[in-house]
Amino acid sequence: MLEGRTRRLVIFPRRYNAGRRVAMAGMTMAEKVLARASGRERVAAGEFVEAKIDLAMIHEITGAPSCLTLRELGIEKVWDPARIVVFNDHAVPADSEATATLQKHLREFVGDYGILNFYDLRDGICHQVLAEKGHVLPGSLIVGTDSHSCTYGALGAFSTGIGATEMVQVFATGRLWFKVPPTIKLVYIGQLPPGVTAKDMALMTVGRLGADGANYRGIEFAGPAVAGMGMSDRLTLCNMANETGAKVGMVAADGVTLDYLRDRARGQGEPVLPDADATYETTVEMDVSHLEPQVACHPAVENVKPISEVAGKEIHQAFLGSCTNGRLEDLRQAATVLKGRRIPRGVRMLVVPASQEVYLAAIREGLIETFLEAGAVVTNPNCAACGGIHGGIMAQGEVCIATTNRNFPGRMGRGTETYLASPSVVAASALAGKIADPRRL
Amino acid sequence: MKISGKARLVGDKVSAESILPSAYLTAAPQKLGKHALEGIDPTFVQRVVPGDILVAGRFFGGGSSREQATLALKYCGISAVVAESFARIFFRNALNLGLPALECSWKGRVEEGDDLAIDVEAGEVRNLRTGEVFHAPPLPPFLISLLAGGGLIEQIKRQAVGL
Ligand code: SF4
Repeated sequence: MLEGRTRRLVIFPRRYNAGRRVAMAGMTMAEKVLARASGRERVAAGEFVEAKIDLAMIHEITGAPSCLTLRELGIEKVWDPARIVVFNDHAVPADSEATATLQKHLREFVGDYGILNFYDLRDGICHQVLAEKGHVLPGSLIVGTDSHSCTYGALGAFSTGIGATEMVQVFATGRLWFKVPPTIKLVYIGQLPPGVTAKDMALMTVGRLGADGANYRGIEFAGPAVAGMGMSDRLTLCNMANETGAKVGMVAADGVTLDYLRDRARGQGEPVLPDADATYETTVEMDVSHLEPQVACHPAVENVKPISEVAGKEIHQAFLGSCTNGRLEDLRQAATVLKGRRIPRGVRMLVVPASQEVYLAAIREGLIETFLEAGAVVTNPNCAACGGIHGGIMAQGEVCIATTNRNFPGRMGRGTETYLASPSVVAASALAGKIADPRRL
Repeated sequence: MKISGKARLVGDKVSAESILPSAYLTAAPQKLGKHALEGIDPTFVQRVVPGDILVAGRFFGGGSSREQATLALKYCGISAVVAESFARIFFRNALNLGLPALECSWKGRVEEGDDLAIDVEAGEVRNLRTGEVFHAPPLPPFLISLLAGGGLIEQIKRQAVGL
């Protein structure tokens, strides 16, 4: 009934910014994407814009309400069925009738609205699959009903999490308002020592900035240590931008990005680079040459310590997976530690590849065999224990060391503790039954 | 928009997961109110009287994008949230669901049970016990009208039927 008319919805009156003086300084990456998407020559931090969305993602847990509300409102068509990507990925196969029902809603939504991109139980975690299947293009504006939608900043996209109700508006109109964020530039210099990874850099950054250190802000990750990273590591780094409260965390697209996209990209993209005279709120330089493996300790993600201070803490479960560290490169790191060794009976190690593509490649490389021989349990790609709604939930008082991105108290079950670390630290800890430094094995 | 109610205090960095633990994410929306803030205080909802104003510390609602957290607060009877600062997704969700969210510095100057009076348009929170007024940065007019109209869904309905 509302079809055709919904496109004219006034989200945001254009005159609101009229008369604001915009200084003629250069623009950050975030500013450039928002300027392009809102049809303006330039925007500056603090302005409100109404922008056209290039891609919108939902999954069953936070996105099902969007589909139901859209129907309730009688909106029969979405703005562009090719720009919406739908996932059943958080708890597949369904663990309960309630989850099964949410997943059914999404399947029906995809069918009834002719959505062209749908990934169901076999495919894997939204953030991994969206990048892997080439939906994320440099310079694009992406929203998802998931806070870790910031992950796609690794490919130079402006990408952020929104709520389910806002997604109804995006589905109907393809537009949304944004406040242009000020940007913090983080420059990583030096080279990571052996056994220290992008995850350790991400954890160190969260520890330095604090859980709200970049609230409302954008982050640009830069410097030689980032330029030298592969895409897998960049995804890990940007994934945890959300743990500083940031709206986006972006890496400028370069040769690594183009290589990654060569056989994957589903379109062109309009890459943006930051201007040399862009205005940053702050620039922080960090030397990573002497970084130790880092652990974010219970009960807060910003409670980050070098491994030497936490080694020895007893664990019950070790979890390797999630959109932070469930990629092939992560599985390789863990397998290197586990190869030829045996996890004691008292420790439960779970390995959950982030996607079917990762899973298959891991089988072909023999990594899965290594995990099984070491005594780990390997399950199908999904969010599993990370979100606390599927396989790997723990009993009160139990402790998990995980490659995930969050350790809010009780995330993996009431009265449980989660410690966050890199794949090799998780693997070494599984072998020891307590938090352990992989460099000492 | 004028709102008045008693202050219910919570601390810094209360995450969206603490506001609504993951175990209830798949529950029917109407049932969410019963679990509001269960992650930090399982008895919280028993003490809430409809109309109460939640007064929080820094970075309220951080982490997950779950709108169910905002709904849980709304359904348990909270009429507005005042915080030292909000996590960005929570802030957007609150406005979209028609729950006033005001960012102001109040630490140490509001106590549990104080009577508060809020003027949303003016961005003012008045502590009626002490007479002190706290100021929130003004929201742009388009967000004030979003809130005053009861949130985003109401706005879509109104505009779509040409009212
Ligand atoms: S793996 Fe964890 S953090 Fe990533 S999308 Fe799933 S639940 Fe969220």
